[in-house]
Amino acid sequence: MAKIVIDPITRIEGHLRIEAEVNGDRVADAWSSSTMFRGIEKILQGRDPRDAWVFTQRFCGVCTTVHAIAAIRSVENALGIRIPPNAELIRNIIMGVQNVHDHVIHFYHLHALDWVDITSALKADPAKTSALAASLSDWPLNSATYFKGVRDRLAAFVKTGRLGPFANAWWGHPAYKLPPEANLMATAHYLEALEWQKDIIRIHAILGSKNPHPQTFLVGGMAIPIDPDSQNALNAGTLAEIRGLLARTKDFVEKVYLPDLLAIASFYKEWATIGGGVGDFLCYGDFPSDNSGKAETLWMPRGMIRNRDLSRVYPVEQEKITEYVDHSWYEYAGGPGKGLHPWDGATDHAYTGPKPPYEYLNTNEKYSWVKAPRYDGLPVEVGPLARCLTAYAAGHREMKTAVDMVLTKLQLGTDALFSTLGRTAARGIETLVLARKLPEWLDSLTANIKGGDYAVHNGEKWDPDTWPKEAKGYGWHEAPRGALGHWIRIKDGKILNYQAVVPSTWLASPRDAKGRRGPYEAALVGTPLADPKRPLEILRTVHSFDPCLACAVHLFDPDGGGAVTVKAL
Amino acid sequence: MDRKDKQKKGSGEEPCRKEQTVWEQKGISRRDFLKFCTAMSAALALPAAFAPKIARALDDVKRPALVWLEFQDCAGDTEALLRASSPSVSEIVLDVLSLDYHETLMAAAGRQAEENLWKTVREQRGKYIAVVEGSIPMKDGGVYCCVGGRSALDIAREVCGNAFATIAAGTCAAGGGIPEAKPNPTGAVGVKDAVPAATVINLPGCPLNPDNLTATVVHYLTFGKLPDTDSRGRPLFAYGKRIHDNCERRPHFDAGQYVEVWGNDAHRKGHCLYKMGCKGPETYHNCPIQRYNEKTNWPVGAGHGCIGCSEANFWDTMSPFYGRLPNVPGFGVELTADRIGAGLAIATAAAFAGHGVISALRKDKDSEGKKEE
Repeated sequence: MAKIVIDPITRIEGHLRIEAEVNGDRVADAWSSSTMFRGIEKILQGRDPRDAWVFTQRFCGVCTTVHAIAAIRSVENALGIRIPPNAELIRNIIMGVQNVHDHVIHFYHLHALDWVDITSALKADPAKTSALAASLSDWPLNSATYFKGVRDRLAAFVKTGRLGPFANAWWGHPAYKLPPEANLMATAHYLEALEWQKDIIRIHAILGSKNPHPQTFLVGGMAIPIDPDSQNALNAGTLAEIRGLLARTKDFVEKVYLPDLLAIASFYKEWATIGGGVGDFLCYGDFPSDNSGKAETLWMPRGMIRNRDLSRVYPVEQEKITEYVDHSWYEYAGGPGKGLHPWDGATDHAYTGPKPPYEYLNTNEKYSWVKAPRYDGLPVEVGPLARCLTAYAAGHREMKTAVDMVLTKLQLGTDALFSTLGRTAARGIETLVLARKLPEWLDSLTANIKGGDYAVHNGEKWDPDTWPKEAKGYGWHEAPRGALGHWIRIKDGKILNYQAVVPSTWLASPRDAKGRRGPYEAALVGTPLADPKRPLEILRTVHSFDPCLACAVHLFDPDGGGAVTVKAL
Repeated sequence: MDRKDKQKKGSGEEPCRKEQTVWEQKGISRRDFLKFCTAMSAALALPAAFAPKIARALDDVKRPALVWLEFQDCAGDTEALLRASSPSVSEIVLDVLSLDYHETLMAAAGRQAEENLWKTVREQRGKYIAVVEGSIPMKDGGVYCCVGGRSALDIAREVCGNAFATIAAGTCAAGGGIPEAKPNPTGAVGVKDAVPAATVINLPGCPLNPDNLTATVVHYLTFGKLPDTDSRGRPLFAYGKRIHDNCERRPHFDAGQYVEVWGNDAHRKGHCLYKMGCKGPETYHNCPIQRYNEKTNWPVGAGHGCIGCSEANFWDTMSPFYGRLPNVPGFGVELTADRIGAGLAIATAAAFAGHGVISALRKDKDSEGKKEE
């Protein structure tokens, strides 16, 4: 059997390599490897827990904010801090905007070119493109003149003979199925989305100074003050600006993203039977409705779906999370074959792969900087699909309505969700539901301010002198790519150890002690390849997970000086 | 003025007419183009009169090739590039530069992607601009960061070594950044330490401000040379002054009005954040002027202190971030908040004297570089 390598997997965050065995026109087996390691958890040891979010935010600049949220939540959980309702609402707005923004960038700029052949757009008739666009939505930019302008701009670019980021791709591949008009429409929206995303993310700048890496989080609340009578705080003017940007956000999602998703999906319905993956799903839930910290107050419900069965939602128990390193470049002191809980793990990074430059990794042995997290011993999928399925099975009104709308329009049943197409559709569904929910959180915040509540920070435990000698906690968050957890131990006011198990740890996981594949690997098995020399179909399934490998490595030291645990995301 | 009139008016004036034609062909209105040139003059701290010069220079260039390498990074600087507003990233990609390699944005994958990189290195040798995002791990033969089976160090040597210049985008590439923080498990360093022979401009910041990146490129296109830098390789137009000196809250510092509790009256009224750990007095960056996300805001503007992210080793020297400057290891003398104003004035004078010397030295180096062109 031929073994193919794709390295780098582009249009993702971070350094991912896929090796695959091809049997005829199908992928027979696959191995997912992360090839970058930084060791940020090791760096966190001995530092001020209130600083942890600044460090962990740098795990990733794409899903920026998410590690900051998980970090402050882990410290607040360890110290028993309740944050003011306004801070909870501001966090909800920041997290919701992050999800929507990230998903739109993923769809247009990281995923679309797997389905959209830009070169075919040059052959499109602007009038027909305009008719197609108008049949899908009443978005104002849909005239023939507009699409002619885009086509001409593209043609002028191609004429220069220097295609920059579009050079040398697999254009003309037989797996591309969109007509030229759909390709032109999608290309126009690729460019529009680039402009849109830089505008709407100003919400993060207003609430948190800048994006990426907003600088506004605090253990105990938020740093952005509220005062209707100050120019240095959230006031009526800034609230109105956010409201306007949220309206633009919703408009684009409803009138451009969702219609494009449905239109493109209708040409690729066979992908509703490809790329299913492991079939078990985990969702921590998020967006608290109050500051009680109780799971039942989460607007996005917590739960697990087992074996593709939507008739039941299982509870999530954090003690069932363990990680294996049998195929990862780390060692456990207790020997191989065991999984360790994030609070109890201990290991050391130990690269045993080939010396660079290399052609192939030894995939029978260790082959990745990513560890293998397992829930109750099983590999699980996290992310928008896990969230959609959990909410759907739990009877979440908004999510269920949106899922049913998309399935009805595509004339597909719920079985179709367990696929590459389902994963990509779930991301759009969640974006729509969130874009509609976001103004409600702003309404609640505005109502609080109107009632005279300006509190953004609970400072009772800001001073480390008020802390217990030892504490441990965990912080969970539904990041754009899925369930994210940070676990912290604090001793004498300092970080004793720190560990993060992030979405791409779950998803990009290599095999575990029992040889079970991680979700990317499992989803790739059986993928049809029209041309194994140009494995476009592998990119489609891998991209459907929205890989984010930067957060690649964590180390922590459970004994404050003994063995070192290395965590890979 | 309609398009016909514009062309008529421009016909007597060669550079102006040409400028309209070329940029309009690219689908950019003259108004937007000039707006961009004016914004660039401001970003480069030049008088507005420079805008026409920038316009002429940009019009003459044929999209210089740029390759963007990602090593031990978080893609935060890439995301910052996506937020660029003048020009926006779509204009950068389609009109200003030929972005021949960028893992996060490019359509090609695997071997085809790598072919694009090496084609530019081969065919544009000495002419292309390299941008590096992320640090480079030096330990253990470079196994901590590999792309396409090659180590980051190996790739950087070849790509940066053959570039006209390398822009180290963000604090990790500029000086090692967070991977280099104690105990630096992978032996991470910045580009200049990994490839000493390369011509490197450092644009630190976590992430960098995309306006400073475009301004650096435009500076090169306009003046045909790299901008003058300080002792840490940072362009003076962006890193020549301390945050503290341009801070909108400076009057509160001088008046002794400090925030001491998050969310209290002083915090809401925008008083000085020095006592909450703001590192503005020790940080050289143009954040207060240039701001972020289409000039919407910046950390102090949003009520949180500066963490000093444009300074080398800030993860170690500026933390704990909520501790005051006198508590920062490496800051030196013990200063109380009451005395710090005077103390810093002396430090500033010394620092600026240093800058003057260094930029004079740099000028010589730059003129040498120009001769080679």
